[in-house]
Amino acid sequence: MIAVAQSAHFTDPLPLASGAALRDYHLAYETYGTLNAEKANAILICHALNASHHVAGVYADAPEDLGWWDNMVGPGKPVDTNKFFVIGVNNLGSCFGSTGPLSINPESQRAYAAAFPFVTVEDWVDSQARLMDRLGIVRLAAVMGGSLGGMQAMCWGYRYPERLAHALVIAAAPNLSAQNIAFNEVARQAILTDPDFHGGQFVEHATLPKRGLTVARMIGHITYISDDQMEAKFGRDLRAGLKYSFDSEFQIESYLRYQGEKFSGYYDANTYLRVTKALDYFDPAREHGGNLAKALSPAMARFLVVSFTTDWRFSPARSKEIVKALLSEKKHVTYAEIDAPHGHDAFLLDDAQYHAVVRAFMGRCLPSLGKDA
Amino acid sequence: MITRKDFEVISQWVKPGTSVLDLGCGDGALLDYLRTSQNIIGYGIENDDAGILACVYNGVNVIQANLESGLKEVGDGAFDYVILSQTLQAMKRTEAVIDEMLRVGTEAIVSFPNFGYWQHRWQLLLGRMPVSDALPFEWHNTPNVHMCTVADFDAFCARKNLRVLNRLVMKDEREQTLLPNLMGTLALYRLAKG
Repeated sequence: MIAVAQSAHFTDPLPLASGAALRDYHLAYETYGTLNAEKANAILICHALNASHHVAGVYADAPEDLGWWDNMVGPGKPVDTNKFFVIGVNNLGSCFGSTGPLSINPESQRAYAAAFPFVTVEDWVDSQARLMDRLGIVRLAAVMGGSLGGMQAMCWGYRYPERLAHALVIAAAPNLSAQNIAFNEVARQAILTDPDFHGGQFVEHATLPKRGLTVARMIGHITYISDDQMEAKFGRDLRAGLKYSFDSEFQIESYLRYQGEKFSGYYDANTYLRVTKALDYFDPAREHGGNLAKALSPAMARFLVVSFTTDWRFSPARSKEIVKALLSEKKHVTYAEIDAPHGHDAFLLDDAQYHAVVRAFMGRCLPSLGKDA
Repeated sequence: MITRKDFEVISQWVKPGTSVLDLGCGDGALLDYLRTSQNIIGYGIENDDAGILACVYNGVNVIQANLESGLKEVGDGAFDYVILSQTLQAMKRTEAVIDEMLRVGTEAIVSFPNFGYWQHRWQLLLGRMPVSDALPFEWHNTPNVHMCTVADFDAFCARKNLRVLNRLVMKDEREQTLLPNLMGTLALYRLAKG
C-alpha cells in the first residue's frame, strides 16, 4: 500500500488547556481506503509518544519507510482498509509534519523552539476534531489508539460523545501513576540538563541535545519491555569478554545505546518534553473529584479496552480502572486481557488473539454489518 | 437461533429493560438471547480467549476476568440480575461466588446439574461415579468440583438466609414438577438476599 502524506492548514485559533492558543497551525495526516458515500466508515488512529501520521503502507519514494502500525492497518488486516477509511494524524507539538517546536512561529518568523506552548491530550483531540470537520466526517465509526493514543481515544469518548460510534483503548491508563511520572521526569531532566539544550533554543546555537535525548529514550525503552522479555532477549550476554571499562559490555547496554542514539538523530527534544508532559497531565477524573466514572459518563461510544498481561508501564490493573468506570455508568464495554510476553510494546506487535479481537470488534463498527451499531 | 429451554426460563424471570451480568458467559449466547427477548443491557464475564472472541463477534459486551478472583471491576448493586448458568458446580469457592453475585446484583439466577437425579443415584449404588447427558464427564476429567442436589441447594439457601424467588427443575427440556430432586436433571433458582 502506497501512503501519501498530506497537510491541512488551519487559521482559526485553537485554544489550549494551558490558556495559550495556536493562531495558525498545520496538521499532517494520511488516509487509507475510501470514504463511503454516507461518510460512515471513517476510523481515526491516534499515535503514542514518538509515532506519527504515517500509520500504514510505504511512501512511493521511500519503500522501506513502513507505517508504525502496518501490521494492524491495511488491506485485509484487522483494521481493513478495503472496508474502512482510515486516518492517521500527527499530533500538534510533534516533529513529523504537524506544527511543533521546529515550525516557524508566524509572530516571530523564527522557529518556536522553547516558545511552543504546552499541549494536552484534550488539545490534540480538539485539533483532530477540526481535521474531521475539514474532511467532512461528522461521526467516526471508531477512534483507536495504543498507549498515549489510547488516552486520546478515551478522551474522544467523553469530549465528543456524539462524534464517534466506537472507541478502542489499547494498553492505556486513566492517568499516569507516580512511577510513570517519575520515569518521565528522569527522561526530561536528562534533556533539560544537557549543556547542548540551551533552554530549548539549541537550534539557534546550531547544536542538538543528543546526549539528553539518548538517555531519555533509553529510560523509556526500559519501561516498554517486560523484565522477562529483556531477560530472554539479552540476559547477561556480553558483546565480548569483560573489559573493566564503561564501554557497552553487556548486550542490553549496547541495545539501549543504539536505540537511544538512533532516536536522538530524528526526534526533537522540545517535542519530547511536551509529549511527556501531556502524558503526565492526562487525568480526566481530576475535574470530577477523582471520579473516573463521572468523567466518562458523557460517552456514548461502544468501548473495546485491551491490556497486555506483562505490561508494567500501563498494567492490566490500570485498564480495569477504565472498565470499572465504564461498567458503573452502564456504557457498552468489552475488555480483553491479552496474554503476551512483550510488555507495553505488545500493542505494536502481532499477537493472534489481540489481532483477532480487534478484527472482530472492527466487524461491529461497520453500520451495514453490526446489528448493534 | 437454537432456543434452549433454560434460556426461556431465565428470560421469563428477567424483567424487560434491566441490566444483566452473566458469569462464565461463554460465547454470549444467553446474553444475546436476553437482548433480543427482553431488551436488556448485558455484560458477560469470561476468562477463555475463545469465549471473548466469540462474544466480540456476537456483539456481546464481555469482560475478560477469572470469576474465582471475584468481581473487582463491578460495584455494589450495579446490576439487576447476575446469572451463573451451569457453572456453579465448577467453582472452587462456591459460597464466595454466590456472595459476590448478591453483592453486585439485586437478584441472582443460578442453574446447575442435579446430582440427585435417579440415574446418578443408581450409578453410585452400582459403585461407579455418575456419567449422564447432564454430567458427561468421567471422574478424572470433570471440571465439576462441587456437585449438589436440589435438596442440598435448598438447604444451602436456607442456611444463608437467601430468599428463593423462583425454583424450577427440568428434565429433557421440560419442567419436572413430580419428585424434582429424583427426576430432574437441571435446577434453576432465582435468589435474593433474605
